[in-house]
Parts: sequence; structure tokens; C-alpha cells
Amino acid sequence: MDMKDSNPTSARRTFFTQASAGVALLALAPGVRLVDLALAREQDEPASATQRWGLLVDVDRCVSGCDACVSACHTEHGLDGNERPQTDAQWIRKVDLVDNNTGHQLSLPLMCQHCEEPPCVDVCPTGSSFRRADGIVLVDKHTCIGCRYCMMACPYKARSFIHEDLTGQKTHAPRGKGTVESCTLCVHRVDRDESPACVEACTDVGHQALVFGDINDRNDPLATQLAETTSRELRADLKLNTAVRYRGL
Amino acid sequence: MIWSGLIECGSKRRSRARRIVAITLGLAVGMGLTGSYAEVNQPVFPSARGDQCVEPVDVMRRDHFEFLKHQRDKTVHEGIRTPRHSLAGCIDCHADKDPQGRFLPVNAKGQFCQSCHVYTAVKIDCFSCHAARPSERVSQSP
Amino acid sequence: MKSVYFQSVSSSRVYWLVSAIAGVIALAGLISAHHMESAGHWVTGMNNQVVWGIPHVFAIFLIVAASGALNTASIASVFGRDDYKPLARLSALLAIALLLGGLAVLVLDLGRPDRLIVAMTHYNFKSIFAWNIFLYIGFMFIVGIYLWMMFEPRMNRFTRRSGTAAFIWRLVLTTGTGSIFGFLVAREAFDSAVMAPLFIVMSLSFGTALTLLIGMLIFWINGAAIDPALLQKLRRLLGFFVIGVAYLVAVDHLTKLYVTGHHQLERFILVDGGIYTGLFWGVQILLGTVVPAILLLLPRFCQRGYLIAAALLVVVGALAQVYVLIIGGQVFPLELFPGYSVSSTFYDGVIADYTPSLAELALGMGGIGLAVLVTLIGVRILPFLPVQTAGENHD
Repeated sequence: MDMKDSNPTSARRTFFTQASAGVALLALAPGVRLVDLALAREQDEPASATQRWGLLVDVDRCVSGCDACVSACHTEHGLDGNERPQTDAQWIRKVDLVDNNTGHQLSLPLMCQHCEEPPCVDVCPTGSSFRRADGIVLVDKHTCIGCRYCMMACPYKARSFIHEDLTGQKTHAPRGKGTVESCTLCVHRVDRDESPACVEACTDVGHQALVFGDINDRNDPLATQLAETTSRELRADLKLNTAVRYRGL
Repeated sequence: MIWSGLIECGSKRRSRARRIVAITLGLAVGMGLTGSYAEVNQPVFPSARGDQCVEPVDVMRRDHFEFLKHQRDKTVHEGIRTPRHSLAGCIDCHADKDPQGRFLPVNAKGQFCQSCHVYTAVKIDCFSCHAARPSERVSQSP
Repeated sequence: MKSVYFQSVSSSRVYWLVSAIAGVIALAGLISAHHMESAGHWVTGMNNQVVWGIPHVFAIFLIVAASGALNTASIASVFGRDDYKPLARLSALLAIALLLGGLAVLVLDLGRPDRLIVAMTHYNFKSIFAWNIFLYIGFMFIVGIYLWMMFEPRMNRFTRRSGTAAFIWRLVLTTGTGSIFGFLVAREAFDSAVMAPLFIVMSLSFGTALTLLIGMLIFWINGAAIDPALLQKLRRLLGFFVIGVAYLVAVDHLTKLYVTGHHQLERFILVDGGIYTGLFWGVQILLGTVVPAILLLLPRFCQRGYLIAAALLVVVGALAQVYVLIIGGQVFPLELFPGYSVSSTFYDGVIADYTPSLAELALGMGGIGLAVLVTLIGVRILPFLPVQTAGENHD
């Protein structure tokens, strides 16, 4: 049976997802999947390793001086800050690069690279840093003791420590003094089938330098682009297999 | 079984404690010491929206943190965001509004969480990180 | 074999005065920690670039010194040198006390010290920090047993065995502490196999220096002096340890200098790193290595005054060394884009700022205060000090 040719009615789709048949079907027919199944996860269904969420940053499309992704992230998670740039949290930042030999200029966003082998997870003494089944690297702030060893270990300087008391947190982004945090790949949005805020903002301003999707899903636009063009990991020498890839670097 | 035993044990101890307090108090009064002792009032808090809670009230009183903790681990680690036992779900129903119609934080004085936790002298550690008011996007409708 | 008799320190005005000073320093540390925790870490010099600050410098110094403080006991029990025996008990007590001081600083600097219980109940066994929690607790336990074997005459026959266990454990412990940094692949300054042996030699040097200083202090409080012959042995030992540390520091820098990719980092530490270069050459190398090596190894400086000065300089140099290692290693930017000059709002590509605040300095000092206080309480309660006999001055 070729799943790709079938055009499931919504009733069938409901049946499939309710029966949690996605995984079983994938196991029966490897490499073949229904497009809908990759997207929809029921509210009470755990994140699964059949997916791996990732990002492609197209450096050629990223505009120097534009920080739409950064502001979107700050708004989404309520990263207001206290006008203390050294201690205020930054989950995503714009980095400007100048080639030392040619003078060529580049600009790109940098955030948690959601490694498959994350050093932050390795070093965390309490297991508070963890990698979710679908590849998103998170901090369980309930068990974070604030030792900051993960910040020492992260090659991307992707993490921030909360240096002071916070108020007015968002319901979907709990954060508080004394714990470490970083980009969650907007896990609360991903869980309801939406793209991360930075990706949405980049698309909204018309730059389309960020593509979000499921690396494991061949039919996903992200996986397609990754398969068709050259992209690279940052600090590829560390062999961390990051879920964030850069093109044009 | 063990738990119910412990609870019984606890209540026995509590009643003994009450007796001791009563005797001490009686002695104090008997000795003519008229201290400014006031009865600790039962907590009073605003009523919730909707007809009933996600679990029976007596179960919630005893076990709400077990539910919250279980749900918290499922949400953080597995991405399961069902509202039934979620903290956000609790807040959606139990947050009260001020006269201007703005939501009050559930950990403010006299509000749902705080009133009982003051009464039982248990410190809440949720709201140094979690929002204590409902978000714009209410996850449960009634 | 000459048997040694022990006594506890008797109550005296000097004892209470020194204890009060140590107590005040420890208390100041505690108050500072409370301030840091209630206000949040923004009141320290630490930030998102330099995440481990001066409290960690003191904590690592104390923890490393703790395992080294056991030296004297190990030499007596494991290597059978009875002449070191009079200081064996005190050296084991110091090991526990210094570790307690270091751990207290480490814990009080956590973002959530109130969650210490979480660190005891949730373990990630791939984390070197988690291993260290076991190594530290185990060290105190084993040294405790070792002390018991030394104290209890009927158990004396197990002294050697328990001492050997403690000696092996302390080597593993320092390897573990060094590995906290050695396994950080992300950072050029730390990612090195030399880190573990370097920490072991550092522990020998720091621990011996502190044993000498605190030992002399406690003997002085009790109106006595350490056997001069033993002092001279420890003096020479410390001299060799100082040279040993210098050797591994040189190896560490030479390995890094050999790799072209590390040249900028080495240039920063050794040539144009401002305060870090100054601390390295001025304090760590000149004051903490060259001067004490001369004072400790040349026969003409054999007087006690020189020895005290040399041991103090070793401690100052040690603190500078850990400072340059931990803070210097963090202020140097991560290299994510080789061949590019980088800039951002998050201090990419620039040397980060770090100025310790008074609070975090007081917390670090509080660790030393606590260690001395614990030692003073220990020697008051139990017989840790040798009873001096007339014949002791001759070997």
C-alpha cells in the first residue's frame, strides 16, 4: 500500500491519530509516511523521536541590522531585561561577521543549536538540562540548581543565567531567578503545530532567512532544503550534530 | 495504605497537639495571663469559575501538588499539555478579578493559593517563575 | 618505633580570639551569600560571560588544597615515615575542614542553594559534577574513618590500610576536580588532558602550604611549636611541589603554544591580557613560584619567618593561578567563526568584563574562615596535637 498516494479523509485522519497509529504505520513502511501524521500530535501524546525539529539559517538572506527574530523572541518569552546588558538574558542574538582576509560581511542569528549530543546535557549534575525525544534541548527549571556548569560547557554561549527577580512572566514561558535558560525552539508553539516566533517574524518581514521543520521528515520543506543545498554546523569539529544548520557561511 | 496510616498518625498527633495547646491555654488563663490570643480563621478565598473542579474537592485539597508535579514532568519532558492537571488550568479557573475587571495573582494575599498556604504555613515556590494570572489565551473555557 | 602522644588544645584567650576572628570571617561570608541570593547574582561581578567568579576561585582552591592537606598523614601512614606522624591527625582534620569550607562556598554560590536537596536526589551520572558530589562526600567519610583508626588504639593496626584508601581516594578526587575543567571541550583554555595531573600537583603544593600555615597557627595558639626537624622536611617538600606545579603549568602553556589555533589565547594570558597577564607573571610566577622556591630550597632561608612568608606566598600565588585559570579562561571569547571578526550584543568576540564585588569576595574568604573555624573546633574537642617531649627536637 502506498501511503503517499492515499488522500485520507478527515475522519480517517482522526482515526489514525486517535489510535496513535502513526508510529506503527511508520514501522510497517519505513520511509513512507502521511504528511498529516508528521504534523499533528494529539495533546496527550508525548513528543516522539520520529521527529527532530530543526532550523536552517540562510545567511545570504539574513539582513545586517535587522533584528526581527530577536525582538520576536523577546516578546514571545517576555525577556524584558533590566537594562543590564551583561546580565540580561538573550536566547537569540544577531552576530555580525567580517571575513578577516576578504572583508566580506555577513550577519546571522545565533541561538541554542539543539545538538544531538549536547554538552550542556552531559555536564548537568541533576539532569535538569535534557534533550526531548524530538530533539529540542531544554532546561527543566524545577530541578536546575543554578550551578552554571552548562554555560561553561556550551560551545555557542547560548545560555543565560537569570541574575535577578522577575515579574510578569508569560504563562507559556516560566522563568525565574537563579536558574539557567536558553532558546526552547518555542516548544510551546511547536507543541501546537506552530513555527517558532523568530521564524514567523523573519518570514513576516519578508526575509525568509529562517526555515523551521522536521529534519527527519523527507517531505518537510526543511529536510528538502537540507538535502538539496550545502549547509553546515557551527563548531562541526565537536561532532555535536546540531539541529540548527547554516547556509551561505 | 501506608499513606492513610501516616495521615491517621498525623491527625492523632494533631489532636494531641490541640490538647496540649488547650491545656497550656487553660493554664495561662487560669494564671491570669490575658494574652492577645486570637483564633486562627479558616482561610477564605474567592470562588472559582465553573461548576466543579477537575477532581473532588477533598482529593484536590490533599493531592493537588501530586497532580501538578506529575503534570509538570509530563509537560516539560514529553510536551503533553493537557489542561486538566496543569497549573495554568488551575489559575484559569481560580484567579479572581479586581473591581476594574483585571485578574489578580493567585498568590496575592487572600487569593486562592495564598490563603490556604498561609493557613497551613506551606511556602509556595511556583510563582517566582510561573505566571500567577491567567494568560490572554485561556486554556479552559467555562 | 617511637610512640606519639596527643592532646587537645586548651582554652586560652588566644584560642578564643583567633576562633572569633575566623567566626566573623565565616559569618561575613554567610551574610554576603544571603545578600547575593536574595538580590540575585547581578550584585556580583558575574554575568552571562563570566559565569563562575571569585567564589569559585576560592572554592576550587580550598577543595584542591583539601586533598593536598592529607599529604602529611599519607606520608606517615602510607609511606611509613614515622617522623611525619605528629602532624598526621591534624593533616586529616585539615583535609575535612578545607573541603567543608570549599563546598560551602560552592553551594552558597549556586543560583538556587535552597535546592541542594535536588543535587542529592537527582543525578546525571555522565556529569563530572555529579561524580564529584560522590567524591567529596566519600572523601569526608573515608578520612573520617581514617581519623578514627588513628585515634582508637585498638584500631591503629588499620591505620595504614585506611590511610591508603584515603590516599587513593584523594588522587581520584583531585582528578575529578581537574576534570570539571579538563572535559570542557567548548573552551580552549580548559580543554586539556594536562588539567587532571596539574590539579594533582597543585593540590600537593596548596595543601602542604596550608598545612604548614594553619598547623603553625594552631601550635602557636597552644603555646608550642612544630618540631623544627619536621618543619624543615615539610619546607623542602613544599619547595619541590612548587617546582612541580611550575613544571606542569609550563607543559600546559607549551602544549597550547604548539597549536596555532590556541596562539591568540596564549597571547592573551601571557602577553596582552592586562590584569590576567599581570596576575600570571607578577603573582603566580614571580611571587607564588620563584620567590617561594628560593626561600624554600636555599639553605640560608631556613628560619621560620622565611618559611611562613614562603607558605603565604604560595597561597597567594595559588589564588592568582586559579583566578587566571578560571576567570581568564572565561573572559577569552569562544571562537565560533574561525577567520572572521565577530561582534554582537552578547559580547561575542570581545574580552569579557569581570570585576568581583565585595559580596562575592567576602563569600570566598568566608570559606577560608569556615575551614579555620572547623579546624579550631576540632582541635579543641579531640586530641589532634602531639604532646611535645624533650627528645623530639632530635631526629
